[in-house]
Amino acid sequence: MENDLVLRVVGKLLIPFILLFALYVQFHGDFGPGGGFQAGTIFAAGIVFYALIFGLDKARRVVPDSLVEAMLAAGVLLYAGVGVAGLLLGGNFLDYFVLDQDPIHGQHRGIFWVEAGVAITVSGVMLKIFYMFASRGQRKDGEE
Amino acid sequence: MVVAVLALVRTRNLFAVVVLFGIYSFLMATVLVALDAVDVAMTEAAVGAGVSTVLMLGALHLCKSEEVKMAHRPWLPLMLSLAVAALLIYGAMGLPDFADPNAPIHQHVAPRYLQNEVDVPNVVTAVLASFRGYDTLGETTVVFTAGAGIIALLRRRKHRKPEGDRDGK
Repeated sequence: MENDLVLRVVGKLLIPFILLFALYVQFHGDFGPGGGFQAGTIFAAGIVFYALIFGLDKARRVVPDSLVEAMLAAGVLLYAGVGVAGLLLGGNFLDYFVLDQDPIHGQHRGIFWVEAGVAITVSGVMLKIFYMFASRGQRKDGEE
Repeated sequence: MVVAVLALVRTRNLFAVVVLFGIYSFLMATVLVALDAVDVAMTEAAVGAGVSTVLMLGALHLCKSEEVKMAHRPWLPLMLSLAVAALLIYGAMGLPDFADPNAPIHQHVAPRYLQNEVDVPNVVTAVLASFRGYDTLGETTVVFTAGAGIIALLRRRKHRKPEGDRDGK
């Protein structure tokens, strides 16, 4: 697919918007449909699209394996970290009301970070699974 | 959707099956939109129709694209699934009517959620991230575990020789 001119041009045009849309879904999740799970998937889908058009190696150069693996764990840690932050500030685990002077703002802040954690883990896992499957196929091709 | 499912069952070409799965997911997403569950519909469209189709194609790349004809007729599983389906339909008849405001699910905790004390306009996000933060933490951990499992399963094969054609998928 790497030599398909139409795909390359359309992909180049679309991918920034896919990534932007993922961010929109992420940060607009408080007001409209969306949130971490959806945003993470859309973000990963954008990268997968890039990998499909320009080849896996180029995608791996943009989003390296080490970063993806770090994202896997970082999301869960961020989520749990929000919970621990609530504990340290004198509330219960995952209690957002204590994260700010104003409890409502605390809630917003807590939800924001939690959703960010979800998005990071989800996109990391999606990309990791895709990389794993795709790279296996490549290796097999090389051997045959 | 019924057509898509029937075609899914009949088709032996796995590539067509993957594409039909995508179609089915998109139809499911539209059903969810009709049920006013936009968040779930978005997830269904992105995961079910988008990413999982790509992953299935990736898996398909590793195995034969034609389904093997089964050696015997699977009567027992058919009977079992029919029995479970009958049980589920019997159970569903006992559920309250669709959109019945007096249904228990609308009387229990939903009113409190809808009072919206966290002041987030999207109630789904509020429930997901705030009221049920523990659940979502668990879900995130499940996703993380899936990724870790994939790494553990597939990375080992670098050292070993790939063992012929296993029926992956």
